[in-house]
Amino acid sequence: MYDFNEEQIQRYSRHILLKDVGVEGQEKILNAKVLLVGAGGIGSPVALYLAAAGVGTLGIADNDVVDLSNLQRQIAHNTQNVGRPKVDSAREAIQRLNPDVKVKTYNDFLLSDTIADIVKEYDFVVEGSDNFPTKFLVNDACVMLGKPYSMGSINQFEGQTFTHIPGSTCYRCMFKEPPAEGTVPTCSQAGVLGSVVGILGTIQATETLKYITGVGELLINKLLTFDARTMNFMKMNIAPRKTCEICGNEPTIKELFDYEQTACKIIRHS
Amino acid sequence: MVYTLDITHEHCPMTLVRTKLKLSQMAKGDILEVLLSEGEALNSVPSAIKEQGFNVISVERVEGSTHKMMIEK
Repeated sequence: MYDFNEEQIQRYSRHILLKDVGVEGQEKILNAKVLLVGAGGIGSPVALYLAAAGVGTLGIADNDVVDLSNLQRQIAHNTQNVGRPKVDSAREAIQRLNPDVKVKTYNDFLLSDTIADIVKEYDFVVEGSDNFPTKFLVNDACVMLGKPYSMGSINQFEGQTFTHIPGSTCYRCMFKEPPAEGTVPTCSQAGVLGSVVGILGTIQATETLKYITGVGELLINKLLTFDARTMNFMKMNIAPRKTCEICGNEPTIKELFDYEQTACKIIRHS
Repeated sequence: MVYTLDITHEHCPMTLVRTKLKLSQMAKGDILEVLLSEGEALNSVPSAIKEQGFNVISVERVEGSTHKMMIEK
């Protein structure tokens, strides 16, 4: 049993009060290990809410540095941290919020030869990167390793997210492969309303806490989409695809690989 | 086993938080005797504990404004 100190009793009192979370749920949160892929628009609210909730270990993978143009939506970062690695900036924000949380940082672009060893250390993965190669790589690694994840994507005023657990519909079941270059605009070309990443990130943080505590029903075998212009939220049922290249009846993908990066240049830190 | 807890000096919602914490350290079938004050605590804690699925066996006045609530886990 977790031995709550007086500060933790106060800090987590609103979780302890919840019938479906309670003392046991908070213990699970304090023992949980969650990996965030991307410390940007989506990763920021996810990092802050999971830190506030007391998630025991937060891993953060991002190879980018804080840019002034990020600050309109990436709320874990601040003006003083422009030019510094996002993982360091996010670590500071997390530790200011809750010193209970252990932070591990990966200041690198996740690739097929590095991702498995990182993902293995965690109970749950939150994907909030800005590019298709990473989204497919996270999907493939998690499916192969049997790790659950929450996937989120944003464009302009719209967002979509779903949750995967072993056996449920995966990203590749839905999207098969990255779109052809030039057919989908990147955030930097298309723009994004700042608060929209917060809507999506808080949904993903909530899915993470639901998974950890076992509360409610996850967004599995479903895709949640929303359009902030109309505030229409839609939940579609999507069954696993039998012909899926990674989780179908006869998978053709047997080992991890990288799609050629198109959205931005890969810079590897050695 | 019978456990005791005094929440007469606590305020809402810590009255319920302390009670839930104590219950979490007990085994099924154990009894918790909680001393609580009239007003906020007496009005809210017994009903909240029932809603959370615990069995409130009795609530009775001990002395002055202090009451004793017996809960079975």
